[in-house]
Amino acid sequence: MSVIAPVLPVLIPLGTAVATAMTLRSPTLQLRLAMAGSVALLATGLWLVAVEGTIPPEGLGGWAVPFGIAFHLDGVGALMVLVTALMAVASLLYMSSGIDTDPRHPLLVPVLMGMVAGVTGAFSTADLFNLYVWFEIMLITALGVLAMGGTPRHLDATWKYLGLNLFGTLLLLAAVGLIYGATGHLNYDALASAAPGVPPGLMTALLVVLGVSLLLKSGAFPLFAWLPASYHTLPAPVLALVAGLLTKVGVYALLRLGNDVFAGVAAPVLFEALGWVAAATMLLGVIGAAYHWDMRRILAFHIISQIGYILLAIALGGLGDRDASAAAVFYTLHHIVVKANLFLIAGLIAAYAGSYDLRRIGGVHAAMPMLSVLFAIPALSLVGIPPLSGFWAKVLVLQSLVEQGRWVWLVFALGVSVLTLYSMMKIWLEAMWRPHPQAGWQRRAVRAGPALAAACMLAGVTLWIGLAPQTLIDLSLAAVADFGPGVQVADGQGGRP
Amino acid sequence: MTWTLVAAIWATLFAGITLLLSRDLLRAILGSMILGSAVNLMIFAAGRVGPSGPAIVPYGTQALAEGSANPLPQALVLTAIVIGLALACFAFVLIQGIVTATGTADSTRLRIAEPLPDHPYYPPHPGPDDGGPSPAATEAARPVAAEAPR
Repeated sequence: MSVIAPVLPVLIPLGTAVATAMTLRSPTLQLRLAMAGSVALLATGLWLVAVEGTIPPEGLGGWAVPFGIAFHLDGVGALMVLVTALMAVASLLYMSSGIDTDPRHPLLVPVLMGMVAGVTGAFSTADLFNLYVWFEIMLITALGVLAMGGTPRHLDATWKYLGLNLFGTLLLLAAVGLIYGATGHLNYDALASAAPGVPPGLMTALLVVLGVSLLLKSGAFPLFAWLPASYHTLPAPVLALVAGLLTKVGVYALLRLGNDVFAGVAAPVLFEALGWVAAATMLLGVIGAAYHWDMRRILAFHIISQIGYILLAIALGGLGDRDASAAAVFYTLHHIVVKANLFLIAGLIAAYAGSYDLRRIGGVHAAMPMLSVLFAIPALSLVGIPPLSGFWAKVLVLQSLVEQGRWVWLVFALGVSVLTLYSMMKIWLEAMWRPHPQAGWQRRAVRAGPALAAACMLAGVTLWIGLAPQTLIDLSLAAVADFGPGVQVADGQGGRP
Repeated sequence: MTWTLVAAIWATLFAGITLLLSRDLLRAILGSMILGSAVNLMIFAAGRVGPSGPAIVPYGTQALAEGSANPLPQALVLTAIVIGLALACFAFVLIQGIVTATGTADSTRLRIAEPLPDHPYYPPHPGPDDGGPSPAATEAARPVAAEAPR
């Protein structure tokens, strides 16, 4: 079991992708198979969190660990796999409703499962080149999902996504190649022990290239243009999965490489720069959200803004505060759940009220008070209202900011929260409280049961994190406990092979 | 040899970036392919250019012979080439789809997913193809009060 355990989170979605690709003729069977695979992945995630960190790194193909491609699921990876599986379950549950799902391309489910495999692969690998390969898998599956829409706006969005992301992966590949050239290693542990042997100036330059490519993948300022250009063309359940997971993999990679693998050699100036990038990302994301009227575009800009908070936590973690790394983990987990749920509920609102455009809808609260309450939970959590999960996530980041005396960044973080509140109030006022612009409007009849169940499940998770935050805080702290310059591997000289 | 390779990498990088900055979709993709080649050359150079023997373990022995090339960069470059080819194929089909659907290959004129503020429909109203859920897509053609039986 221990041999296969670290690759299990990749094998399950890959196997599901193959199984669903072989049942293209039967959409119902496809959904059931995918659901079974996702539930299995969820169980694996729970098991991994339960046995946290006790699974040794596994070199595949019988190669010893620093030379073979290693898979290693530590605490952070296990938590990320768990939340990925939760998102897959919620998205597939939503897909079995009648909301924003017709017509479904027969290849959609297999490609989505491939995307989940790419995400879990990036979370479980311990090899820099392998990380690049998983990013490519996420890129090609995301492109496939975008292009499946087939209309000119989908093709346009696919092109925008492709252009910048292709450049980003090339940059990542170049960074990986150059780091290999400088250290002679690709394995995380081996890199951590070999990196101090590289001249500091060279190492800083290499980490800048690596960091810029990962920031592009995370949707950070100024390289986020691909995200709001493409995300809003996706149907609601797919959008929730894509928006919840893909940018967070870039963030995870930054956390892993910046606060763990290269923690000993990354110059503090890099994290200073990252902190300012994070501040700009927060502010510009939320300003972009304030401009738009399409709910999906508003929420897409909020992804960027919230990514800024996580990047800020990573920057503080790199400046020597391990609690900030834990805050980044906590924030990421909370954010994935909340953001995906907002997209799911926006889909529900649009299905009942008739459009995603806030100028064309209204009256949702009068017609469906429970739906507006359901929307309020993730929306207020995103803003950071106690006692929801976002409050604790922001408290953790703010604590680190105060401890390090970063007052300017603190002002950014608080100000952006207010602007986020403004933006959520805009959705609330226009869609919920204002009467519907068309007189005699009645809510549409849609088969919404599974979709509501998915949204309630995620709202329940948000409430649980909010009301009992200590469990997740402890898990996050334990997960980053062995972050930092890693243990010496067998070939500890850092020499070239 | 190393300096020849460095010159080749710079020339390829320059050509790739020049093409990548083009407004024409096909040129941009060709540029990114050339840029990919430059990155592959870079990885190749990072693994040290020197011994030129094939990176194959001779029959009956356990290790590479003296004077063999470093096999790892070759494996990395091979992987990158395969991935790059797949993405390039996808991009070519995508470009063909875009040109067929919109009649233009100029990326500055592709504003369908993100209409400009002075667009005739957006504001005050997005067009019928605003990508809403399927009931919304047919909204223009149907009285709004009517329930859409599903």
